[in-house]
Amino acid sequence: MSGAVGREAVFPTRQSLGLMKNKLKGAEIGHSLLKRKSEALTKRFRDITRRIDEAKQKMGRVMQIAAFSLAEVSYAVGGDIGYQIQESAKQARFRVRTKQENISGVLLPTFESYTEEGVNDFGLTGLGKGGQQIQRCRETYARAVETLVELASLQTAFLILDEVIKVVNRRVNAIEHVIIPRTENTIKYINSELDELDREEFYRLKKVSGKKKRDVAAADAEILAARRKAEEEQAANPKAPAATATAIFAEEETADVLGEQEDNDVIF
Amino acid sequence: MAASAATYKERQFLAVIGDEDSVTGLLLAGIGHVTEPPGSQRNFLVVDSKTETSEIERAFQNFTQERKDIAVLLINQHIAERIRHSVDAFADPFPAVLEIPSKDHPYDPEKDSVLKRVRRLFGE
Repeated sequence: MSGAVGREAVFPTRQSLGLMKNKLKGAEIGHSLLKRKSEALTKRFRDITRRIDEAKQKMGRVMQIAAFSLAEVSYAVGGDIGYQIQESAKQARFRVRTKQENISGVLLPTFESYTEEGVNDFGLTGLGKGGQQIQRCRETYARAVETLVELASLQTAFLILDEVIKVVNRRVNAIEHVIIPRTENTIKYINSELDELDREEFYRLKKVSGKKKRDVAAADAEILAARRKAEEEQAANPKAPAATATAIFAEEETADVLGEQEDNDVIF
Repeated sequence: MAASAATYKERQFLAVIGDEDSVTGLLLAGIGHVTEPPGSQRNFLVVDSKTETSEIERAFQNFTQERKDIAVLLINQHIAERIRHSVDAFADPFPAVLEIPSKDHPYDPEKDSVLKRVRRLFGE
């Protein structure tokens, strides 16, 4: 899994390590917030689906009653009034307005029905006979339409919430399965690179000090050898005065060696 | 996604595609509206056995896509069956498409495109 996610292209420096750590913290906070949002929306969503189910059943009953009252009307009027009504419809009396409801940052519109006053297209319908039935039928249908409008707002909320929940869940999953592992990978990478650099530095220092030690030992050995040579020369020829440059050097050396207290100065 | 206010502020009418009885009843409730001439348009369509499917289709497109003043489209379920693919393909929140039962065709929740989605979501 983590191999497939990869890491971000950053230089392994302490600064970018800090950045990545901040990013990881941010991603975790965002993840928990989005998760909570998604849960709140899902709760609401389930509530709405249940209400849609109920409202649809109710709509079935209400429409049946309404259809029955219309049948009463055609019986009372004694003929088809459909054509007359279709022709006399001019201005909508029954209208809806939309309001917004805010659910965790999602604006859900809700429909609200209202009747436009002073509009009556059917003033003359059923004037001859069946006026009462028509009046009752109108009321029944008005109630039915109110139920329908309620259902419509539930349905709209359902569609919008469905969409929003999908988007939120996609984000939650992206953060959980891509962004967080990738940032963790990057942090791991930076840490390992930094460790590597540390080890390299340590090894280099070790090398340097080893080299220094070797140099010192070599210098010591050289001086020791020169001293021994001078001693041997002095032992072989103690009275002979120094004639050559080497002899002078040896004598000087010998003199130094004999002065025990100056020994330290010669050897560094 | 969450529709901006402008897209539904203007929507205040209901539209109907239905058989004669449903349309008559809903018009009696007062939802009928005819826009100002010229080019006056009704917000209802009466469908009977002689109505062509293409005409229903056109009315559906007109109410859902072209007209911006319709908040809810009511359509009889047996008519929605005839243009099922359009109804199923229409997923926008506005206008809300509502399938209603008619006198001769009782309501069948199994066919409703929204209820189908509900059922699918809950894995039933």
